[in-house]
Amino acid sequence: MFLEPLLTGITLGGMYALVAMGLTLQYGVARIMNLSYGEILVAAAFGVFWLFTAAGLNPLLGLAVVVPAALVISWLIYRILLLPLVRRAKTRDALEVDSILATFGLLFVVQGVMLVIFGGAYYSYSFLAIPVNVFGVTIAANRLLALAFAAVIGLGLYLGLTRTRAGTALRAVAVDPVSAQLVAIDVRSAAAIAFALGGGLVASGGVLVSMFLTFNANIGVVFTMKALIVVIMGGVGNMLGALVAGLILGLTETFVATWIDPGLTLAATYTIFLIILLVRPQGLFGRSGR
Amino acid sequence: MTRRTILATALAAGLVGSLSLLAAPLPAFAQDKIKIGYAISKTGPNAGGANITQIPNYQLWFKELNDKGGLMIGGKRVPIEVVEYDDRSNSEEAVRAVERLITQDKVDLLLPPWGTGLNLAVGPVFNKHGYPQLTFSAVTDQAPALVKRWPNSFWFLGTSVQYIDALVELLSKQQKAGKINANVAMISVADGFGIDLSKAARDGLTKAGFKLAMDKSYPVGTQDMSPLISEAQRSGADTFIAFSYPPDTVAINDQAKVASFAPKVMFTGVGTGFPLFPQRFGANAEGIMSLGGWDPNNAGTAEYRKKHVAMHSRDPDYWGSQLGYVSLQMLEQAVERVGKIDRAAIVKELQTGTFDTVLGKFKLVDNMPPKGTYAYIGQWQNGFFTGVAPAGANMKEMVIPKPAWK
Repeated sequence: MFLEPLLTGITLGGMYALVAMGLTLQYGVARIMNLSYGEILVAAAFGVFWLFTAAGLNPLLGLAVVVPAALVISWLIYRILLLPLVRRAKTRDALEVDSILATFGLLFVVQGVMLVIFGGAYYSYSFLAIPVNVFGVTIAANRLLALAFAAVIGLGLYLGLTRTRAGTALRAVAVDPVSAQLVAIDVRSAAAIAFALGGGLVASGGVLVSMFLTFNANIGVVFTMKALIVVIMGGVGNMLGALVAGLILGLTETFVATWIDPGLTLAATYTIFLIILLVRPQGLFGRSGR
Repeated sequence: MTRRTILATALAAGLVGSLSLLAAPLPAFAQDKIKIGYAISKTGPNAGGANITQIPNYQLWFKELNDKGGLMIGGKRVPIEVVEYDDRSNSEEAVRAVERLITQDKVDLLLPPWGTGLNLAVGPVFNKHGYPQLTFSAVTDQAPALVKRWPNSFWFLGTSVQYIDALVELLSKQQKAGKINANVAMISVADGFGIDLSKAARDGLTKAGFKLAMDKSYPVGTQDMSPLISEAQRSGADTFIAFSYPPDTVAINDQAKVASFAPKVMFTGVGTGFPLFPQRFGANAEGIMSLGGWDPNNAGTAEYRKKHVAMHSRDPDYWGSQLGYVSLQMLEQAVERVGKIDRAAIVKELQTGTFDTVLGKFKLVDNMPPKGTYAYIGQWQNGFFTGVAPAGANMKEMVIPKPAWK
C-alpha cells in the first residue's frame, strides 16, 4: 500500500524534474527567465507527434531530430532576440525584467504559430504504454523512461558542470559574469551555450511527456509554472536540486492525492514551495547570496 | 505667393473634395448582406473542445451558405459576412466580445461561445438585445429555469439529470439481469460540468439502489490518474464512472489500460466521443461508454459526417457536433421563413416551428429537444460510437461486460 504511491510519485517527480532541468540552466546560467519555456516543450511534442504520425518515426529516434533542432533554435533565439538585451542591461535585475518581457512576447509568437499549424484541438498518441511490474507495482514503461532520462540527464549534467573545465566555466558565469570575464571566459558564448542547452533539454522533456500526456497549443503555461516551482525550490542553476525538487513535488502530489484528497494537490504543491522558501530562501541546493 | 499659401490652398481644396464625396448619398437597399458574429475560445483551456465540436460546424455552415450565395431572404439570396473574436476561454472577454459584436459590429445574428460557463456568462447580453442563443455545448440543470428567464435561449444538450437518468436506467437493467453488482466507483473533474453531473449521479444512483464505493473529485488539469485508478480498482465496483474532460479522459483510460483495470461498465466523460479517442486507443476503445452517441444507420448524420470529414480531415465529436449542425440548420430555416432580420420573430419560429435536419423532423419543446430526439449515452461498438440510451427505436443494446484491455 505504501509502495504504490511511492513509485508513482517518483515517476511523476521524474517527469517534473525532466521538464524543469532546462529552465534551471537558462535561468541559472544564462540568467534568462524564459517565459516561453513551456511553449518550446509543446512545440517539441508537436514535432515528434508529426514525425510519428506522418513519417512513422519512432519517438525515441525523433529525439535525435527534435533535440538538435531545439538546440539550434534556442541558440538563435539567444543570439538574435536576447543578446541585445544582455548588452544593454546595466544590472542583473534589469536583465531579468527585460528577459521576462521579451520571452513573454515570444510565448505568444510560438503559441500563435502552433495554433495556425495545428489549431486548438487536442493531440495524443500512445507509445510504450506497456505495464511494467516494479516491486509489485504496475507502472507504464513510458513514464519509467521519462524518470530514467531525468536521472541520467540530471546526473550527467551535474557531473559535466562540476567535473569539466567547460562546466566550471558555466558555473563561474552563473556566479559572477563580470569576474568570469577577468579570467578569459567568453561570457556571452557561455551564456548562449547554456541557453541553447536548456532549450535542448526542454525539447527532450517535450518528446518524452508527449508519449503519455494529451496536449494542445495552449498548455505550455502549465509546464512553465511547474518548471519555475521546481527550479526555485531546487536552487537556481543546480541540476541535482532540480532533480530532487521534482521528486519532492511528485511524491507530495501523489501522497496527497492517494491519502488525503486529489483536490488538494495544488494546495500541497504550493505549501511545500512556501515552506522551503521560508526555511531556505536560496532553495534546497542553492547558495546564499553574498 | 509663398509655398505655405500654396500648400494650404491645395490642402483645403482636397478637403472640400473629400467632404463632397462623403456627402454623396449612398444607394439604399433593404438588406444587402447579413452579418453573423461569434466569440469562441480559440485559445485557452476551452480551445480543445471548441475546436472539435463548435468551430468546425461554424466553418462548414458558412461554406455551405456561401456556396448557395447566402441566406434566402424575401425571394433572393443575401450574402453573409462573418465576424469572429477569440474570447480566450475567459468569461469577461466573452461578454466584452459579444457586446462589441452587437453594439459596434452591429451583427444581425449571433452564434454562441463554447461551454457551459461561457454560455451562462453571455446569456444576459443575448437576452437584453433579443438575439437567439442556440447553445449546443452546455449542459446545465438550470436550463428550464433559464428558458423562463431568457426565452431567446435554447439548450440543445439539455440537463445533467437527463443524461444521468438514461445512464441509471441502463445500469439498473444490467443489475437486475445479474450482470453487474451494486457498487459504483465515480470520479469527477472539479468544475461546473463535473460538479453538476456528479451531483445528479449521486442522487440518481442512490435512489436506484446503487452504492457509491468511491466518490472523488480532482482538479482541472490533472493528468496523473494513477492514485484514482488504483483506488477505483480496489473498490470492488463493477461500474466505473468518470465525468472528465478531454485530457483527463485520455489519461484515465490510459492509466486503466496500464493497470489492467477493466470494470464491466466503463463510462468516461467529454473526449470519449472525440476523433482523438479511437486514434489513441484503436481497438481498445471497444465497450467504453460516454455521453452522446450516434445512430449508425441514420443517413442524415452519415451524410453530415461525410461533409465534415471532407472539409476538416477528421471525424466530428460524436456527442455535440450533430446537434450543433442541427441548431445551425434550424437557425437558417427560421431566418428564411421569417423572411427578414426580425430577431423576435426568428425566436418565435425556433420555439414553435418544425425543421428539416440531419436528425430528421426536429421540433423543440420548451426550447429544448425532447427525449428520444438523440442519444444521451453512447458506447464504442465495432469502431463506431453508438447510441445506447435512452431506450428507443434507434438505440442499440449495450455491450457488457467491457472487453479486457489488449
